[in-house]
Amino acid sequence: MKTDLLKRDLAAVFIGTSAGGVMAIQRLLSHLSDDFSTPLVIVQHLPADSTIDPSLIFSHHTSGRVFEAVDKVLIQPGHVYFAPPGYHLSVERDLTLSLSQENPVHYSRPSIDVLFESAAVSIGPRACGVLLTGANSDGAGGLKAIQEAGGITIAQDPSDAESPMMPRSALEIMNPDFVGNLESISRVLTELTGSGIR
Amino acid sequence: MKRIDAVERHLFLEGIFLRYGYDFRQYAETSLDRRLSALQDRFRTESLLEILQKVLNSSDVFREILPQLTINTTEFFRDPLFFRSLRELVLPTLLTYPRIRIWTAGCSTGEELLSLAMILKEEGLYERSTIYATDINPNVLKTAKDRIYDHSAIQLFNKNYVAAGGSKSPSEYYSADYGLVRFAPDLLDNVVFSEHNLATDAVFVEAHLILCRNVMIYFTRNLQNRALELFAQSLVFKGYLALGSKESLRFSTISESFDSIDSAHRIYRLKNLPKTTLHTLGGLR
Repeated sequence: MKTDLLKRDLAAVFIGTSAGGVMAIQRLLSHLSDDFSTPLVIVQHLPADSTIDPSLIFSHHTSGRVFEAVDKVLIQPGHVYFAPPGYHLSVERDLTLSLSQENPVHYSRPSIDVLFESAAVSIGPRACGVLLTGANSDGAGGLKAIQEAGGITIAQDPSDAESPMMPRSALEIMNPDFVGNLESISRVLTELTGSGIR
Repeated sequence: MKRIDAVERHLFLEGIFLRYGYDFRQYAETSLDRRLSALQDRFRTESLLEILQKVLNSSDVFREILPQLTINTTEFFRDPLFFRSLRELVLPTLLTYPRIRIWTAGCSTGEELLSLAMILKEEGLYERSTIYATDINPNVLKTAKDRIYDHSAIQLFNKNYVAAGGSKSPSEYYSADYGLVRFAPDLLDNVVFSEHNLATDAVFVEAHLILCRNVMIYFTRNLQNRALELFAQSLVFKGYLALGSKESLRFSTISESFDSIDSAHRIYRLKNLPKTTLHTLGGLR
């Protein structure tokens, strides 16, 4: 990781994942330091009719407070937001989250590209995008958009991913700032946000 | 998706508002930008101003792009448990009124309107009800009036109808032919359709129940507040307001005016009119 990236005041970390994502997010969260407080905004592909409460699945893996995103909520330090099934999730320039039911992108709603592209447009250099395991190519274009907007980009090493296609699709079209396994991604996120330094 | 230039966006929306009266100036930016970007692709241009020129010169062009500026996603009995809750918590109270007025704001292509009509019929309220169905987009109102849908919608209809507590055979409500389904005409006997714009139009009804589900997610907070104040002023005392399942009154200017009846399904009841209103329900500016 280049040291010049460490001087960034990140507004939020945006994470996208699909197949294999629940375990990957659990592991990623578990390895973050306890005082990690940068907001996390996560799109995990799920069937539209699933009624999973993310706080039940992820709360005991993080010291952060886990929510399903509600429309126009202001993102807060120490909070983890998940896109509700059946809705696209975007971040606005005022750091509120917006929901939408526009058509699926890459057959997905929520779509990772929609979240990442909104982060690129709305936050640019203060955004960090993280693309993890998944079995389609959603998120690759969005990660590239974050990079082009001056944000920080991270992809899971395809050899570490349960489904390599999603991070591999990104690596085919761009060079992320960091590629590694889940533990090392957690470590990099901790360093980037200046937490965990005692 | 291409980045939308902020000045071009402003001029484009202002131009449409000045010429046609449709006000998209307070729509949530990122999803609007996606639609504007798609519009640029369709017109094969990088400039919204080029499109604006065509739109200003021809109302036909405007009518063509209008559906692309709004989102019309809807389905029959969307969130079926909401409709079950409406049936169990709200309709018994409405039954005590001799006449019932219901406003479904942003009714889109009519799926939710028909769903509502079915449960009103089943609970014995339909005959005394008038339903005002409004949308900003005349194209979708036409679809709603026609009651004709692609056959692919039926599988979900059947499933959701049952999950919403429906007591009949779902097929009693429609007839299928040539890959299309047509819903029974009597479902719309007591429906009044009208164009209505939540950004610019005023109170037109004193309603016992207002449904506005997944419409305001496309608005900025400011425009959401305007619409919510409009709803508060359009309700009878103790009238009900139903929002989409991921929408909330919590951050709004009128949150103190409502009691939550069912927090999971976002059903609220008016307890007092807002003391101060941000907007006098003229246009926003």
